[in-house]
Amino acid sequence: MTATVQSTPGGFGTRMLRKEDPQLLTGENKFIDDIKAPGQLWMGMIRSPYAHAMIDAIDATGAESMPGVHSVLTGAQLADMGLWLAPMPCAWPVTDDMVNPPHFPVAVSEAKHVGDIVAVVLCNDRYAMADAVEQVIVDYTPLPAVATLQAAVDGTAMAHSDLDTNRAYHWPLDPNPEGTAAAFANAAHTVKARFIQQRLIPMPMEPRGCLAIPSPAGGEIVLYSASQIPHILKVMIAATTGIPENKIRVIAPSVGGGFGGKLNVDADAVLAVTLANKLGLPVRWTEERSECAGASHQGRGQIQHVEAAADADGKITAIRVHLDADMGAYMMLITPGIPLLGSFLYTGVYDVANFSFSCDGYFTNMTPTDAYRGAGRPEASYAIERIMDIMAREIGMAPEELRARNYINGGEKFENFDAASTLVFDSGHYKPAHDRALEMADVAGLRAEQARRRDTGEAKQLGIGMCTYVEICGLAPSRALGGLNYGAGGWEHATVRLLPTGKVEVVSGSTPHGQGHETSWSQIIAEKMGIDPNDVEVLHSDTALSPLGLDTYGSRSLSVGGVAIALAADKVIDKAKLIAAHQFEASPEDIEFAGGSFSVAGTPSKSVHIQELGFAAFTAHDLPDGMEPNLQEQVSFDPPNFAFPFGTHVAVVEIDTETGGIELIDYVGVDDCGVQVNPLIVEGQLHGGIAQGAAQALFEEAVYDEDGNITNPSLMDYLVPSAMELPLIKLDSTVTPSTSNPLGVKGVGEAGTIGSAAAVINAVCDALSPYGVIDMEMPATPQRIWKAINGGAA
Amino acid sequence: MTVNGDSHSHDVEPRTLLVHHIREGVGLTGTNIGCDTSSCGACTVHVGGQSVKSCTMLAVQAEGADITTIEGLAATARTDGSATGDQNWHPMQEAFQQCHALQCGYCTPGMVMAATSFLKENPSPTEAEIREGLEGNLCRCTGYHNIVKAVQAAAGGAS
Repeated sequence: MTATVQSTPGGFGTRMLRKEDPQLLTGENKFIDDIKAPGQLWMGMIRSPYAHAMIDAIDATGAESMPGVHSVLTGAQLADMGLWLAPMPCAWPVTDDMVNPPHFPVAVSEAKHVGDIVAVVLCNDRYAMADAVEQVIVDYTPLPAVATLQAAVDGTAMAHSDLDTNRAYHWPLDPNPEGTAAAFANAAHTVKARFIQQRLIPMPMEPRGCLAIPSPAGGEIVLYSASQIPHILKVMIAATTGIPENKIRVIAPSVGGGFGGKLNVDADAVLAVTLANKLGLPVRWTEERSECAGASHQGRGQIQHVEAAADADGKITAIRVHLDADMGAYMMLITPGIPLLGSFLYTGVYDVANFSFSCDGYFTNMTPTDAYRGAGRPEASYAIERIMDIMAREIGMAPEELRARNYINGGEKFENFDAASTLVFDSGHYKPAHDRALEMADVAGLRAEQARRRDTGEAKQLGIGMCTYVEICGLAPSRALGGLNYGAGGWEHATVRLLPTGKVEVVSGSTPHGQGHETSWSQIIAEKMGIDPNDVEVLHSDTALSPLGLDTYGSRSLSVGGVAIALAADKVIDKAKLIAAHQFEASPEDIEFAGGSFSVAGTPSKSVHIQELGFAAFTAHDLPDGMEPNLQEQVSFDPPNFAFPFGTHVAVVEIDTETGGIELIDYVGVDDCGVQVNPLIVEGQLHGGIAQGAAQALFEEAVYDEDGNITNPSLMDYLVPSAMELPLIKLDSTVTPSTSNPLGVKGVGEAGTIGSAAAVINAVCDALSPYGVIDMEMPATPQRIWKAINGGAA
Repeated sequence: MTVNGDSHSHDVEPRTLLVHHIREGVGLTGTNIGCDTSSCGACTVHVGGQSVKSCTMLAVQAEGADITTIEGLAATARTDGSATGDQNWHPMQEAFQQCHALQCGYCTPGMVMAATSFLKENPSPTEAEIREGLEGNLCRCTGYHNIVKAVQAAAGGAS
């Protein structure tokens, strides 16, 4: 039950303190808003206050005459300037007939959500910009707004006035429809439920922002962007603007969290680049929190129709799922594909023979949706883990017993399992995590205490909930993505350089925004090459330093990008071995490599450390015949399969049945992300992920009113939990190596979020079961709980 | 005003927020801005030794004040003799690294400033008191678990 045994100083399994921390703890590092350019113009957005409206007229004369205002540009004026070659990009047209009306950075005639940009101002400073935004007068004619997902499904109004449907696509995954129908027809038990995945706001603590700096004579442009995806952004800016790709350099400086919220190609970046290019002046934009909350993309937004069938022994025989998914007003970079990332996981950790899935994507007049931590998989995990609890109650079986009866391979270790959803699960071993989590949480003791409180009728009642999740990460095998109509590959690139003085530079295509890549990548070098991790420098997040990469999302950095680094290190070692053999006048087959040193087998006194060979490779005075100078190798790694981390989480809630008040009083997670490079970082990822999933269960929701106005676009009203709302989190881990890569690693960036929402809501429903409560909509607020206890609708 | 021991004199517009003045007038960008509603605490600094969200104060209100930002914390700790470790940091900076209490680091300057001020008021807090004391500072990465541990460590292991 422990992490990998430490093999090399600083190598795998070392709880190494982060190399990133000193700069961040002293204020020395630079986030996007810390970077300035001489002569920069501040860009501000004039945004629609209506969810759906025609733009009749824009009067900018007042703003244009204000001090410090450079110019005001409306959507129509920008369209006439010919700044863009193509509409805003959607890289994932999930079906060939997907409806995707073109949209541009600034709306011209029709605003389609509150926060849609209708004009921009350019000013000399931040305060002048804020003043000018207030003075641009826009006349609108409001149109009927599609302000809920259900309204989009019902089709009472159209989100796009030139379309006669709100449905953008229908995507089925139904490998065996007859089997599913027969399983339901013959089932001893069937249950069904309708779950709502409310809209969530990613809310990284750093708002987004960008700064575009042109070089008018050379035709080059540098875009600084608080982005998770500088490499993808570069390609997409080129495709959207027509600026040659090789004239664009994108730099993501220190990025203050992302969680999917900075995984997009947004209007601001396209506007900043094109306007800077046109004007020959730097253009910057810093997002306000209200813009982050109300106008940048949101996550989730689904109605899930879930059915399960079981035989008399509680063996699940079929799962059938239909999703209605809220795209929001526009298709952003990967909007339509988000629900499909979860599609393969609706059978969870269970051996279910029959599976039917379909998803309909709908336009609404709300903020576009796209990736938020977990992106499709928390939704899937929630659905299967909630329906398992509902089935357990239907049968009259303990939830852990129903799960144990259905685990793949009976809960014992397996490799390369063919799931009914058509994917192959790399490896799993579900029962140890299950047993350990129940033991750590003392579920038996909690059940006794719960029974005691129920018997005595105490006001504060206990609820215990569990979730045994599996997720799909390590995005992704390029061929698999191609099969899903995704517009790019899923490889990752790395270069490892041994410098003349023996120091190492690692060039990483994956791009950190808080995950600690510099530390973990240094540990990969330590593990592979026997080099002190403090002798390693990691270069990243700048397309000039790191020209090839596919960036950071989908818990892919280690299992794709980290593996590329390890493979490049292997190639450096292989070449260095030839130099060592040459120096020893020995055959390469007789050279051994251990602890960073090459030695001749049987003659341990003849030994050279790999770092000492950097100088020989650099001077090239005496290399083997035909060998190129320098020790630098690169690898593009395209994984043969996804990785499937898993684990069991247990949540314990205490509910005040008199007030509806709820407190999360204990939380246990036993997670398996394969081989661990740095357990300290693994735990940190889990803590934060669990907090975000628990927050979906209890606190967070982007609330829209009947007119399509977001009512809580601030950190005052959108309830990101504070330290007060969360308990200490008890963690342990198991290690089941992945078969999808040579390091045996999986991923852990999203696992916490994928496991926690279902665990918490299962606990809430468990606490309320004496009141006949079967389901509880998220977030489980005191009002909803009080209503459920008192016989109202939950 | 004095910022991190250095005296600064500027003419400012009456409406300039202290945080904008610190970042753009004084040029110290370690203090971050995370919201527009004084909710997140990323901009927390010390004014006269007490933690203040610097977005809630006008620069002119800080005339003559003694301000410490994250950039000056280590120097302050060296002056009062509390600096620790090889890096001569404030014990709270040291504890944050040792406990992995930061990930993206954006809330960190404000969190560290709030936590140091809190420990001055309550040198031996319980876990619940630490959570209450940091309620005004939001973090999206850590779930607060390791932040609470770091404050406990900086307080000398009290729990």
